[in-house]
Amino acid sequence: MTDQFEPVIIGFTCNWCSYRAADLAGTARVKYAPNVRLIRMMCSGRLDPTFVMKAISGGADGVLITGCHPGECHYIEQNYKALRRFILLKRTLTQMGIEPGRIKLVWASAAEGVRLATEITKMVEEVRALGPLNWDHHNGHQPLAISHQPEEVAA
Amino acid sequence: MSDKPKFAMYWAASCGGCEIAVLNIHEKILDVDANFDVVFWPVAMDAKYKDVEAMDDGSILLTLFNGGIRNDENEKMAKLMRRKSKILVSFGSCACEGCIPGLANFSNVDEIIDTAFHTLTTDNGSEFKLQTHYSVPEGEIHIPTLLPRLKTLDQVVKVDYYMPGCPPESHQIAAVIDLVIQVLQGKATLPPPGATIGVGNSTVCDECKRARNEKKIKYFTRIQLTHPDPALCLLEQGIPCNGPATRSGCGALCPAAGAQCIGCYGPAEGVMDYGSRLISSFASVIDGNTPQEIEKVIDGIPDPAGQFYRFSLAGSLLRGSKTVKSN
Amino acid sequence: MSDELNLENAEERIGVYVCHCGTNIAGIVDVPEVREWAEKRLKNRGVVLARDYKFMCSSLGQELIEKDIKEHQLTRVVVAACSPHLHENTFRTACKRAELNPYLCELVSIREQVSWVHTDKQAATDKAKAVLSGGVERVRHHQPLEPLRVPIHPATLVVGGGITGIQAALEIADAGRRVYLVEREPSIGGHMSQFDKTFPTLDCSACILTPKMVSAGMHPNITLMTWSEVTNVSGYVGNFVVTIKQKARCVKTDLCTGCGICQEKCPKKVIDEVYEAGLGYRKAVYTPFPQAVPKFPVIDIPNCTYFQKGTCKACEKFCPTNAIDFNQKDEEITVEVGNIVLATGFDLFDPRRIPHYGYGRLANVFTNLEFERLTNAAGPTNGNIVLRDGKTTPKVVGIIHCVGSRDRNYNNYCSAICCMQSLKFAHIVKERTGATVYNFYIDMRTAAKAYDEFYQRVLEEGTLFVRGRVAEVTDAARLPGEEGKLIIQVEDTLVGKQRRIPVDMVVLSAGLQSRHDSKEVAKLFGISCSADAWFIEKHPKLDPVSTMTDGVFIAGCCTGPKDIPNSVSQGSAAAARVLTYIDRGEITLEPVRASINETQCSGCRICNNLCPFNAILFHADRMVSEVNAALCQGCGTCVAACPAGAISGTGFSNEQIMSQIEGLLLLNLNGARTQEKEMAFA
Repeated sequence: MTDQFEPVIIGFTCNWCSYRAADLAGTARVKYAPNVRLIRMMCSGRLDPTFVMKAISGGADGVLITGCHPGECHYIEQNYKALRRFILLKRTLTQMGIEPGRIKLVWASAAEGVRLATEITKMVEEVRALGPLNWDHHNGHQPLAISHQPEEVAA
Repeated sequence: MSDKPKFAMYWAASCGGCEIAVLNIHEKILDVDANFDVVFWPVAMDAKYKDVEAMDDGSILLTLFNGGIRNDENEKMAKLMRRKSKILVSFGSCACEGCIPGLANFSNVDEIIDTAFHTLTTDNGSEFKLQTHYSVPEGEIHIPTLLPRLKTLDQVVKVDYYMPGCPPESHQIAAVIDLVIQVLQGKATLPPPGATIGVGNSTVCDECKRARNEKKIKYFTRIQLTHPDPALCLLEQGIPCNGPATRSGCGALCPAAGAQCIGCYGPAEGVMDYGSRLISSFASVIDGNTPQEIEKVIDGIPDPAGQFYRFSLAGSLLRGSKTVKSN
Repeated sequence: MSDELNLENAEERIGVYVCHCGTNIAGIVDVPEVREWAEKRLKNRGVVLARDYKFMCSSLGQELIEKDIKEHQLTRVVVAACSPHLHENTFRTACKRAELNPYLCELVSIREQVSWVHTDKQAATDKAKAVLSGGVERVRHHQPLEPLRVPIHPATLVVGGGITGIQAALEIADAGRRVYLVEREPSIGGHMSQFDKTFPTLDCSACILTPKMVSAGMHPNITLMTWSEVTNVSGYVGNFVVTIKQKARCVKTDLCTGCGICQEKCPKKVIDEVYEAGLGYRKAVYTPFPQAVPKFPVIDIPNCTYFQKGTCKACEKFCPTNAIDFNQKDEEITVEVGNIVLATGFDLFDPRRIPHYGYGRLANVFTNLEFERLTNAAGPTNGNIVLRDGKTTPKVVGIIHCVGSRDRNYNNYCSAICCMQSLKFAHIVKERTGATVYNFYIDMRTAAKAYDEFYQRVLEEGTLFVRGRVAEVTDAARLPGEEGKLIIQVEDTLVGKQRRIPVDMVVLSAGLQSRHDSKEVAKLFGISCSADAWFIEKHPKLDPVSTMTDGVFIAGCCTGPKDIPNSVSQGSAAAARVLTYIDRGEITLEPVRASINETQCSGCRICNNLCPFNAILFHADRMVSEVNAALCQGCGTCVAACPAGAISGTGFSNEQIMSQIEGLLLLNLNGARTQEKEMAFA
C-alpha cells in the first residue's frame, strides 16, 4: 500500500450521455484512475446541490458532475439547469473554503468514452495535489479507505 | 410545592428575542402561569444551575431551549436540561439551525478571538492570550471555552420538537401552549416526536398574497435599488426572496411589508439542507444558458453563502466553512 | 447505536449477487473477497445472503436469484455485474418471475466501470466493494413500482402531405385505421410535386407521386384536411386532443366539381412563389397544379380583387355549380388521436445569403427548385430549358454543388441530395439542349443503390467536372470571351489552378434546411429541435422515427436532409410504430416520474417553466402545481429544483441517491450514522 494520498471522488452521470460514455470507456478498455465512484441519474438536471453537500460532508475529496453537451440533452434543455446550479453552487462552496478544483463539471456525449476517462484521470491528479478535504472531521464520520476499516464492526 | 407540571426556558447563545417573543403572548402568559410551575427561566426569575441539578431526572415536563451551543457552558446546560426534561423543544432558529451566531462557523475560533480582541480601539499587546481561568482571593473564576464550531441543539442532545423562527411568532407560540394545555387536559395528543411545530405545512409562498407567474430571472437586485411592485412576487422582480424555501407559519410578514423573506423559519418539511434548495431553485430559473450569461445574473448576489445560509449554516450539511477546525 | 440499525433493517432481506463474468470481472476484481465482504460487513444493512457466480445473466444465474427469492423471502436484490444498460431488464424479469416487484432490483456495474478500466487489483476490488455498498444502500429505498398503463386512441394525425406524410397516411389507413392528414397548402404533394424527374431512375416525379396522392384523396380512412394548420395540441400519448384551423377556401367543396372555369376566368394574375418557385403565374383563385388533390381551388384573399376592392366576382359568376362562397370563414376543428406523425418536410436554403453567387442580382442564376420548374413539362416554360428571357437556350451551363451546405458560414451539414440532383440536372441539360455542362463539386456523394452507376453514366455522357468550391459568379468580364457571360471563378483543386469559366446559365444546388417555423412547430408538439432546427429523433442510430415524446413520431426531411426512398422508408416506419401501439390498445410507461405533494406545494411556480414536456400544470384555484404522470419523462429536474422539497421522483428519489452516496463513501459501515437530522421518507 503506497503512502500516496488516494482521493475519493463521487461522480454524477446522466443515463443517456455520460453514463454511456463511462460504459464506452469500459468496452474500449480505456484505463483510468480508480478514484471516482459513479452514481447514475436519468439526467444532469436531477443534480441537487444537496447531493454535492452530502458527498463533501460525507468525506469525498471531490465531486464530478457530468451530463450531455448543451443542446444535446436527452430531455432537451435540462442540462442548462444543471449548468446554472453548478455555477451558483461552486461560488457558494468557494466561499466555504472549498478549492474550485474539487468540484468539476464535464460535458460528455455517449461517444466520448476516451475523453471522459481522460477528464477523470486529470481531475484525480488535481484533487490529489489539493490534498484530502477531510470534511468528515466536522461531523464525526469514519475515514473512507476500505483497507483501513477496523476488522470488527462497531457493536 | 405545587403539583402543576413544570416548565422551564433556557437561553444559550442567543439574543433574547425568543424570550421576548414568549412574553409577547401578552395575557396568555397568565395561562402559562395557571397551568405550569415555572421552575427555571433566567430572564424572568431567579434560579441557579444547582437548583436544576437537584431536580429529579425527567421532572420538568416542558423545556423551551433557545440559543445555539457556542461554548462548554451551553453544552453542559443542554445536556442538563435534556436529562431533567420530559419534553425538550428546540426553540427558535438558533437552537434549531444555528441562526446568526452560527455564522461564526465561517471562521475558526482563533480567528474569532483575534478579531474580537484586536480592534482599532484595543491595545492588548502582541502576547495577549485569552485566559479561561483566573484566581482571585474568593476562588477560581472560569470563563466558558468556545467550542470549535457553534452546534445546533440536536447536534448535542436528542430533541423532541422543533419550533423554528427568529423568533417564533408569538401567535404560533400561543398556539403551541394551547396545544400542550389541551394535551394535559386529555383533549389532544402530542404530534409524533421529532416533529416541527408552530409552523404551517408548506413554505412562505403559501401565505404570501403577492401574485406569481412563471419565473425567468434576468437579474438579481436589492429592494433599495428598485421600486418593487407591491402586488407581484419579489423573486420575479429580481429580488432574492427566500420565501419559496422557507417554512410557512409566520404569515409572510416580510413580503407583506415590502421586504424579501430572509428565511428565519428554516427549511420545509423533510428538507436536509436549506441553502441547497435555494441554490437549486434560484439557479434553475435564471434566464441564461451560457456560463457568461449565467455568471452575469448571479453577480447580482454578491454573497451567496450569506444569502442561502444566513440562518441555517450550523444546521446545514457542511455546518461551516473549511477553516473551522475539528475538535 | 447499531442496535437501532438492526431494528431498522429487520424489514429488508437483501440478496447480493456478485458476477465473475468469466474472467471479465474476476480477472481484476477479487470476486470471492467482495462476496465475503458483503456478507459480513453489510449484514446489519439488511444483506441476508451474498453469492458469487460465473455468469449471472445466464439462465442458471437468473434461476439462482429466483430460487433465493422464494426460499429466503428476499425483499430486495442487488446484482454487481455489467452495465444496467445491458442487463437491468434481465434481472428485473427474473425477480418478476419469482413474484418480487421488478423495481426492487438494482444492478451496479463493476465491469464497465471497474474491472475493465482499472489495472490495480486491490484498488479495483476496493472500488467494487464501495460500488456494491452504494447499491445496497440505494436498493433499501426502492419502491415496488407499477408501470403506468395508458389506453391508445385508434386515430392518428399526420402533419404534412408530402410524399412522406402520404406514405405514412396510406399505410395506416390501409390497416383499417382512421388518419387525419393535415397539409397547409391547398393540395397535398409537397416538394416532390414540383420536381421534373427523380434520380437515379429518371422517373417522372408527378407520374409516381400522383397515384399515391389520388389514393390518399380517395381513401375512406383518410380525412384530408388541406389548406389547414394545427394550432393546438394537448394531452399525451394515446390521448391527444388536437385543434386544427381549416382556412377558408371560399369554395364549397360539396358543390365544386373541379372544372377549373373559375381559374380560367379570374382576371388577377399572381406570381406563384410557392409551387412555381416564382417563375410562373397563377390566378387569385387557384389550384396549385392540375393534378392537385383535393381538386378544390382556394381563393388567395390578400390578392383577390373582390376581397381587396369589392369588385369582380368573376369566379362566382362563371361557376356552374355556385360553389364560390365569399362568406366562408376559417373553421376550427378538434380531433382526438392516439399518435401523431410529423412529416413537415424542408425549406430550401436561400442563395441570396451568398451574394457572390449572384442569385437575385444576376438574371441567369437559378436555384435548383427553379430549375426543376423549368425542366418540368407542365412548368412555366413547358419543359424548355431557357434563360430568364424565356427564349434563349443556353450553350454552356454551370451547376454548382453545396450551395449553403458543408459551409461553416451557412449550414455546416451535407444536404444529402444535391450531388445526385446536380448530376440529374447535368443529364437533363445534355439530353435536351446538348449544351456543355460543368459540375462544380467538393466531393461526389452517390452512396445509395444505383447512385454511383448514375454518376458514371453522367461522366460518360461528357459532363465536365471541376473539383472546387466556387468562389464567385460574376458578370464582370475581364478576359476575352467573357463578355455577356456569367463567369464562374473557381480553384480547380485537381489541377491546382484558378479557373474562370464563362457560362450562359448557372444552377445553384441550394441545400436543404429546416422549415422556417420548425422551432414553433416543435414546441407545439412538445418535441425538440437540433441546433439546425431539424426535429430530433430518440436515437440517431436505433430509433430514427421516434421522439423523446411518446406518441409523436417524425419522418422524412423534417428530421434532416434525405432522398425520396429514405423519406418513404421513414414514413412507413412511423406508420408501423403507430400501428403497433394501436394494435396493442394500450402502452406501458416506465414508472420513473415525478409527483408533487399538494400539501407541501406552496404554489411558488418555480417548477412551472422547467419542464420541456409541458408536464407541469399550475392550478390557480388551489394555488398548487401538479405533474401529469403520462407526460412526465422522469428527468428529475423539477425534483431537484423545488425549493420546498415538495416534488419527489420515483426511481431516482432523494432517499435513493443520498443513500447511495452514503454507501459509496462507506458511511454505512461501523454503525456510525451521522448526527444530522433524519432523512425524510417522502
